[in-house]
Amino acid sequence: MRESIVSNLTVKHDNLSENFMNGLVRIFAVVPLIAIFLILWIIVKNGAGVVTGSFLLLAPTDGMTQGGIFPCIFGAIAKTVLMVVMALPLGVAAAIYLVEYAGDGIVFRLIRAAVNNLAGVPSIVFGLFGLGFFVLFVGRNLDQVLKTGLLFGQPCMLWAAATLAILVLPVIIVSTEEALISVPQSHRAASLALGATKWQTIWRVVIPQARGGILTGAILAVSRGAGETAPILFTGVAYFLPHLPVVNLFGFIPMVNPFDQFMDLSYHIYIMATQSVDAEKTLPIQYGTTLVLISLTFLLNLVAVLFRMYFRKKQGLVTI
Amino acid sequence: MMNVPVEEKIFHAQKAVPMDKHNSSISIKVKDLNVYYSSVHALKSVTLDIQKKAVTALIGPSGCGKSTFLRTLNRMNDTLPGARIEGSVIIDGVNIYGSEINVVALRRIVGMVFQKSNPFPKTIFDNVAYGPRLQGIKNKSMLEGIVEESLKKSAIWDEVKDRLEKPALELSGGQQQRICIARALAVNPEIVLMDEPASALDPISTAKIEELIHELKKNYTIVIVTHNMQQAARVSDFTGYFYLGLLVEHGETKKIFTTPDKKETEDYITGRFG
Repeated sequence: MRESIVSNLTVKHDNLSENFMNGLVRIFAVVPLIAIFLILWIIVKNGAGVVTGSFLLLAPTDGMTQGGIFPCIFGAIAKTVLMVVMALPLGVAAAIYLVEYAGDGIVFRLIRAAVNNLAGVPSIVFGLFGLGFFVLFVGRNLDQVLKTGLLFGQPCMLWAAATLAILVLPVIIVSTEEALISVPQSHRAASLALGATKWQTIWRVVIPQARGGILTGAILAVSRGAGETAPILFTGVAYFLPHLPVVNLFGFIPMVNPFDQFMDLSYHIYIMATQSVDAEKTLPIQYGTTLVLISLTFLLNLVAVLFRMYFRKKQGLVTI
Repeated sequence: MMNVPVEEKIFHAQKAVPMDKHNSSISIKVKDLNVYYSSVHALKSVTLDIQKKAVTALIGPSGCGKSTFLRTLNRMNDTLPGARIEGSVIIDGVNIYGSEINVVALRRIVGMVFQKSNPFPKTIFDNVAYGPRLQGIKNKSMLEGIVEESLKKSAIWDEVKDRLEKPALELSGGQQQRICIARALAVNPEIVLMDEPASALDPISTAKIEELIHELKKNYTIVIVTHNMQQAARVSDFTGYFYLGLLVEHGETKKIFTTPDKKETEDYITGRFG
């Protein structure tokens, strides 16, 4: 009896199917690695030589077949900042409500379902929604009420950023929720027992601990929203703009004009590839623009990681 | 810092008519207290007087209601969904379950230390200064004074005075618990509730906490929940024995631990069950 067990243990298994599946999952697991490598390699190889100081700092010239992409970088950053400014307070507030105030009632479930569904809506639908709701409904009505002619009721950076803000809302809500949930219940109890109100507890104990997570959410939202093309297509992006969307406040303080249209990196890549007068000639610009866009996104992700590490260290928690 | 009468602190809008002020040696008067969690009857008609500037220990097996009782004294059960409380808890003549009670003000008078030390991930200074800051104290030197005094009262000043700006979480478990006690004292409470404050600590840290409790009872009314019978015998002046939501017996610790009136109490204390 005993011997048969031992001999069973030592007998080689039929390893064919075992090895086959093992190999298969290994190959599949490497696919993302190959994909990211190929993407980066092609872009860096073709784009690195294009990205020079003047490429970054000059406007397009010669029917956008020469020159730089400065207006696109400017527009992309301005639009993204505006988007975060709109989305972050909304998203954080929603998450605070969901985690700290809402019970498990019908309202909670409705909001929960809305957030999940919002995350699944195709981005072109957001673009059409932005045009219909922000530009035509909100904007036109504002113009009528305020008698501003055609100021709000046309595509501009404000509406593009608002549309993107709604697109990235689920990202911010979900990561903020996770950050809030990870704050130990015992800290809330300690704060309440010291005579803090609920809001004081949220403001002084919960949010400071969730800061890293909230910030990570904001930056994830940026890297999601910054590269989107479809939502801004009808709501504010321009094919070409001879000037920067800048206005002089009180005549002398230059600031971004949210009521102007703007040029954008992702849209620039799209039009260079499909709508250019000479698509072949603009190929280097396409690679260069793509490299700039990807670098910006990577940079932001890096900043997110560094921020998270900084906040954890400040709180005396273990790093990463 | 706080010379406002207690009643005015608890009552936030309306001035209270003290209900019971004649017996000045009693800090908390609990009458017919019933607590329900949804359908569970967790505390059954508990009536108990808690003496001023003395340590009252609450003992009993797990789930007997002693922690629930403790948490009714600063209304921490209010936050639990499905909790329902009947009866009265009178602190300095005011029923804290009355309709006009400001729970926030109540918790400044009735401080609490939890089972697991739970300092905020802030500096030692910011932890202790948390309560005073909530009350709007911003003056740096005033805060420094309160922090130093509270840390001294908690017997940890000498260990941390040179690193007040370091994260509290870098301290050992026993030190963290004393920071939490200092944090509670900084609010200047009259009563300090302790929910098994030493159960997660090593013997040396436990001894320090017990020593501290001895010191603190000179100025504070202390109610402590403990699983450790020796600890109850060592630190308390009065002991209440809870079983199945009932306060079986309550009296001077000496008496409870030598000649208890009830057989159940004796059985529990001598270790025959529980």
